[in-house]
Amino acid sequence: MQYANSLHEYRKELKQALAHEFQRKALENFTSSYRKSRDGYFADCSLEEIIQDIGLAKDSSLKQFEALYQRFKAKAEAMGVQVHLARNDREANEIISEIAAENQCRRVVKTKSMTAEEVKLSDFLQEKGLEVTECDLGEWIIQLREEVPSHMVLPAIHVSKEEVGKLFSTVTGHTQSTDIQSLVKVARRELRQKFIEADMGISGSNFVIAETGTLGMVTNEGNLRLATTLPRVHVALVGVDKLVPTLKEALPILKGLPRNATGQSISSYVTWITGANDCLAAPEGKKIMHVVFLDNGRLALARDPVFSQALRCVRCGACANVCPVYRLVGGHVYGHVYIGPIGLILTYFFHGREKDKFLAQNCLNCQACKAVCVAGIDLPRLIKEIQAVIQADEPRPALNTGLATVLTRRKLFHSLLWSGKYLQKPIQGRSKYLRHLPQFLLGDQDFKALPALAGKPFRDRWEDLKPRVTRPRYRIAIFSGCLQDFVYPEHLEQFVRLMAGRDIAVEFPKDQGCCGLPVLMLGEKEAARQIARHNLRALDPSQYDAIITLCASCGSHLKENYPYIIGRRQGVGVKVRQFADKIMDVSSFLRNVAQLESNLFAASGPRTAYHAPCHLCRGLQVKDAPRELLTLAGLEYVPNPDEETCCGLGGTYSMKFPELSASIVQDKLERIEALDVAYLVTDCPGCVMQLKGTVETEQRRLTVLHMVEALARQLKT
Amino acid sequence: MNRNQCIQTFISKAEAVSAGVITVPHVQQALEHVVTLCTDKEACRLLASGCEHPLSQEPADLCRLKEWSKIIAAPDLAAGDLETLTNLCRPLGIRLIEKGLHSHLGGLDIGLTWARYGIAENGTLVLDSSREDIRLAGMISEIHTVLIGASSIAATADDLLEPLTRLFADGPNYTAFITGASRTADIERVLALGVHGPLELHICIVQDC
Repeated sequence: MQYANSLHEYRKELKQALAHEFQRKALENFTSSYRKSRDGYFADCSLEEIIQDIGLAKDSSLKQFEALYQRFKAKAEAMGVQVHLARNDREANEIISEIAAENQCRRVVKTKSMTAEEVKLSDFLQEKGLEVTECDLGEWIIQLREEVPSHMVLPAIHVSKEEVGKLFSTVTGHTQSTDIQSLVKVARRELRQKFIEADMGISGSNFVIAETGTLGMVTNEGNLRLATTLPRVHVALVGVDKLVPTLKEALPILKGLPRNATGQSISSYVTWITGANDCLAAPEGKKIMHVVFLDNGRLALARDPVFSQALRCVRCGACANVCPVYRLVGGHVYGHVYIGPIGLILTYFFHGREKDKFLAQNCLNCQACKAVCVAGIDLPRLIKEIQAVIQADEPRPALNTGLATVLTRRKLFHSLLWSGKYLQKPIQGRSKYLRHLPQFLLGDQDFKALPALAGKPFRDRWEDLKPRVTRPRYRIAIFSGCLQDFVYPEHLEQFVRLMAGRDIAVEFPKDQGCCGLPVLMLGEKEAARQIARHNLRALDPSQYDAIITLCASCGSHLKENYPYIIGRRQGVGVKVRQFADKIMDVSSFLRNVAQLESNLFAASGPRTAYHAPCHLCRGLQVKDAPRELLTLAGLEYVPNPDEETCCGLGGTYSMKFPELSASIVQDKLERIEALDVAYLVTDCPGCVMQLKGTVETEQRRLTVLHMVEALARQLKT
Repeated sequence: MNRNQCIQTFISKAEAVSAGVITVPHVQQALEHVVTLCTDKEACRLLASGCEHPLSQEPADLCRLKEWSKIIAAPDLAAGDLETLTNLCRPLGIRLIEKGLHSHLGGLDIGLTWARYGIAENGTLVLDSSREDIRLAGMISEIHTVLIGASSIAATADDLLEPLTRLFADGPNYTAFITGASRTADIERVLALGVHGPLELHICIVQDC
């Protein structure tokens, strides 16, 4: 839940969550085992097909909601069900509380439902004097603790068995053990009584079928079956996004949801309820049944050109499972009611701007969530868009104004950097790091040593380095990016060295500037567009066979975002597409185009771990080339399951949330050091800065290298 | 998948979610198996389902409702099969009921029902449990035993699209896909079988059905 009134307060809550030892350990175990096994969950079916089918089913159903709703209503009413449409949370709660009053219900058993959490149904009913018991085990535990779920599928993942033991001791009035199997059986018996006493069962629904008037529910414990069978009244509260035309559209969701959530090819139970069934407890032997559809902004959201895809969500929780931020702090601070990456988006729409204001900023943009979303939602992009929407209502932060002003003026920016290298002298000392930064400037950034600007940027070294090729077989341009131009020019130098004698003409068009990603990350869209158009002029794609970048972040921004942000402009669309098509990361280029031969390199080398930059492995979808290069260059590549986890930099993220950025990179380095490797190699200067700076501060025995540096070290000559 | 592959896949998938599966030629052998299961079951298997734990008063009273004799609930059998089962149960002192399961909410030893279809790819049973007694037999029993005709096993859920749509359209209807016993991992992600539903699921594939 979000209570913070300022970013400072929110950061305090995050720090407390970081200090919650049990939760950290539990999440660490859970998320690493999830990451390890997740691909296997789809071994027996086509994930691409499922993603496509769910997307299509959800998108097309919402477009025809009115017709589907009428169809469902007619069918369900013919079988004795009363159907309601609640425009908002208040209305839904009132409808359900009136149903309870009409039928003299006093006791309610409720199954797990995010929609009911969304409208805070239990609180509302309890205020009306009803006794509400959550009958899913995890939900019951958190109800007894007076908390909200910290995960959509595992609501009590933050609670230890010792705490459950204590809780159940209070409930039963007898001391309980901490044996999990026994605790589960105690809950079974305690809750069985609640099912028997209840007058009303409340459920959600995972898919609602218009054609037959059917509710479909995916569960494991069997509580929903009892809750929809024993009490005389059944109320289902369902979001309007759950309605699909026929069973055919529901089946892909049934394939994708349990696999992505828990790795089950299907859950223990799938319950299909059509109409009011037999119920011996009901006065006429027939269940009193109501279906309440909840709009709460969904129908308007469905018409939004950008955000409508958020409604494809099937609530599997996978986006949280792979999120490096969730992994550290859990769902209570990383969400409001809806948690994890999808929560950063939905909170704005369902619970308001104030609740999402700081939460929405807590994203590394590492794209891990996008890669596992079974509904194909482009979560990182939607989070960016939400940030921009929220920011539009705020006074523009000084950082934004400053960066947007400077980065859109290439010459001004570069002359500032040029003078920066003199200004930094007093704090630099003789090292490559900024040693003596005053504490008030550094603040919580002190977990990593910040690199100093290079004495001579790459652009000033270029004339001396430029290879002279008379008959090139291939012509490339370097897009340097700011970090490598001004901080790590040695990366580019090593790259040029690797090009020697390969008949490849290399050019460095000097009018290029920053790629623009930092301003886009801050939500400054117009500045990002201006910069993109500038670079498109500076590097004409028709002059080169490929445009190579050694920075995965620049590469992914140039290739993926440029067409998106400026592609719709007349006359620019074609050019930007051609530009994007020629962008290539350095590893793919060296491996597949330049085709470096293994005899250039020493036959053996140190043990080496690899860190896959988010923008390379997920942004550009490059996975094999860098790993193959390491082996080809004679390095002893040591794989690790954590390779594709973000380093915690996230551009300006590490400035906003330094505690989290620090924890992410420290955990990562801890695990890598345990592999007993000498080198840690990566493909992005941003990652190099984060990893190398932290290694420096913590004095770890690891050498962090950019790919080209590692390759250059292995060269025979 | 041909019929034999369907059955083999169904068996391996069901066993993978800890269901017990046997294949028998006729219903007769399936009924005998059920009775053996019941006889072999510990005198008070309710032990496993929570009664031995210190409970608060009302749930503890529920245990007392449990009768001394073992009970099989078979709300879904054809008249002839019910007679066969009665004859098998009587000499062993097992009580057989076919309706009124609502008065046994504290628990039953065995619930015996028929599945209408099977889904091989997941080891799933499809039960039309629109009658409340059939539904309860699969919810409040400690061991749920399900009979399924070998010819009713489809390869995938997609293959059942039409028959299921017809079944729903002809409602009211309460259909359950059941795959393994009831389970949870809500405490420290440790798997526990038998939360609110059966502790065990047994499947008898009947070859001549």
